[in-house]
Amino acid sequence: MMLDAPLAPEADADQRSGRDAQARLAIIDGDVHPALGSVDDLRPYMSARWWEVLASYGTRRRHGMSFEPYPKSAPRACRRDAWPEDGGPPGSNLDLIRAQYLGHYGVAFGILGPLGVTGQSEVNLDLAAALASATNDWQREVFTQQEPRLRSAIVVPYEDGPAAAREIERCADDPAYAQVFMLTRSSEPAGNRRYWPVYEAAARHGLPVALHVFGASGHPYTGAGWPSYYVEEGAGHSTSCQTVVTSLVIEGVFERFPSLKVVIVEGGFAWLAPLAWRLDKLYERMRGEVSHLKRKPSEYIREHIWVTTQPMEEPADRRQVLDMMEWIGWDRLLFASDYPHWDFDDPFRALPGGMPRERARQILTANAKAVYRLP
Amino acid sequence: MSDDWTGAIDCDFHPRSPTPRQLSRYMDDYWRQTVEVRGIDVWETIAYPPNAPLTRRPDWRESGADADPVKAAQASLDRFGFAHAICNCLFPVQAFRDENLAAAFARAVNDWLAAEWLAKDARLRGSVVLPIQSAERAVAEIERRAGDPRFVQVLMLVFGEQPLGKSVYWPIYAAAERHGFTVGIHAGSSYHHAVTGSGWPSYYLEDYAAQSLGFHTQLGSLVCEGVFVKFPKLKVVLIESGVTWLPPYLWRLSKFWRGVRNEVPWIDRPPEEIVRDHVRLTAQPFDGPPGAAHIGRVMDQLESDEMLLFATDFPHWQYDGDAMLPAGLSPDLRRKILIDNPLATYPRLKRPT
Repeated sequence: MMLDAPLAPEADADQRSGRDAQARLAIIDGDVHPALGSVDDLRPYMSARWWEVLASYGTRRRHGMSFEPYPKSAPRACRRDAWPEDGGPPGSNLDLIRAQYLGHYGVAFGILGPLGVTGQSEVNLDLAAALASATNDWQREVFTQQEPRLRSAIVVPYEDGPAAAREIERCADDPAYAQVFMLTRSSEPAGNRRYWPVYEAAARHGLPVALHVFGASGHPYTGAGWPSYYVEEGAGHSTSCQTVVTSLVIEGVFERFPSLKVVIVEGGFAWLAPLAWRLDKLYERMRGEVSHLKRKPSEYIREHIWVTTQPMEEPADRRQVLDMMEWIGWDRLLFASDYPHWDFDDPFRALPGGMPRERARQILTANAKAVYRLP
Repeated sequence: MSDDWTGAIDCDFHPRSPTPRQLSRYMDDYWRQTVEVRGIDVWETIAYPPNAPLTRRPDWRESGADADPVKAAQASLDRFGFAHAICNCLFPVQAFRDENLAAAFARAVNDWLAAEWLAKDARLRGSVVLPIQSAERAVAEIERRAGDPRFVQVLMLVFGEQPLGKSVYWPIYAAAERHGFTVGIHAGSSYHHAVTGSGWPSYYLEDYAAQSLGFHTQLGSLVCEGVFVKFPKLKVVLIESGVTWLPPYLWRLSKFWRGVRNEVPWIDRPPEEIVRDHVRLTAQPFDGPPGAAHIGRVMDQLESDEMLLFATDFPHWQYDGDAMLPAGLSPDLRRKILIDNPLATYPRLKRPT
């Protein structure tokens, strides 16, 4: 990984974090979660056949639970003040999203990342494809056609590569879609060839591929079995992110698709620099095994991988997280809030103190413009 | 003096694994016949392929240094004046699906280590390989070795059946604490699961890279399950885990704990503090940024000069020449890593042998 000069001390008080300084910067948010009012909201976008299957048999996920195997810390893992008065769940009411989030913070664009009943992690691949298509049509009709500040993700049934590529083809011409959306816990590491149709189609259309934490792989969430607690699962998301980055790089995905852009979402970011150092060292030792690679792993990472900032790492000495940002590269970091979830990062307060204003501008706005398909 | 290694304690030193036939000499008749009758000639995992570059440094490969205690000492202890080297045998006892076989092989491995290495060089110390498939049998093996002061640590692999903080493993920690054993968790897998939460990676490079992810899991598990609350004297060493992954994970773990600590109410202080009190890491492989310019900033992230323990990881090819520690460390920190920290971490090192 390239190392720039150490950060200069920041003298300008206006550039310390805080509402006044950052409020004047435009905000592009890489992780906003829309929600179905209920699963019935998908019915208009599904064939009778697949609606009947869903209604009769439900989803069949690769972890064996109908929802999540770890009870969350709050209902639906959401902010308790984000429940709309209409009785729907957080993220389901556009007016509240506008008032509580987009308007309150002056957000220029929020990139949607649908979770829940989207077909991802579904074992039945035809149902998965039907649910993904329905999710994409629902996003368009309920959110992006109503609200130009919201941009949607093409949810793909990635365990079936050709079906996922077809879904990208179906949606890609609509400018409301800003990215392709996968989950980090795929049933094989994300660089494996079964997923290449997704990357081929995304690269062809100039769409970045987001890999958001969660998903069910059919394996325990760790290589050492199932942890007991949600706190372990939450902290451990950075391990599934590292598996994704390692696999994409080492399998040669970026040699095969040189224009591909990948965004790792909701796994934090500080792990990326140590991972690059580790992979470079191993590459030096064992390049004979991976001679399809032409460059050091850190160089592929530096060119093809972006990371969203939420949940922001918060060491007691903020200088340490600024060092990590420096080592990762200031142009690699994208702000994300994770609205309306409980661990929401406030755009006015989340960036570490001491960050130069130009760096904040990169993270809040400029980098996103280079990654997402935005007007 | 930056090239003075006198008195250092090498906390990760690998004798070449014996074959099942070599081990069967340390078994009773039933198990010796089992090895014979069932034809258990080979018992290896896919970790450390014998001819992969990482597995043996070229000069040590050529001399066969890891196969013989005299040659091994010539390459390390004699040459640099180390006080001790702690032998971690990686024969994959953990991979057996049958706990009876595992217990028989663990016992044989430890007898073999005592007879063929520890008895040959008074500077060598050993780790007790545990049959982790059964806590009861693992405790029996700890009890069997407790009277031999040459054994200073009990040894588990980072990838097993379940995360190591689970209460099924607590009898092991009780026995270790009772006898002053340090608990070592070494890179490696029983391969009872794929090494990643997304299944099997294609390349050995990825498998080795993924080892550090297992250490994330085990650290989270040991802390959150309350192992250090229940066993306040316990010391855990993460062996061959890498180093620089630790601070970012502790930032995450401490932040999540602050948010959802009602789930684990027995944890009443930040995980990063608990880890600094109870957990140490061996310093090879050192996966830091290239060059020495940033080493101070990397070390600052550990927030303690007591976290790292010197290790060569002999005969694995982690460094060239004599670059056993990263360049740019202060003399004080270097001395702590080489001598003071290992002595503080392994109380049994102070016992007369």
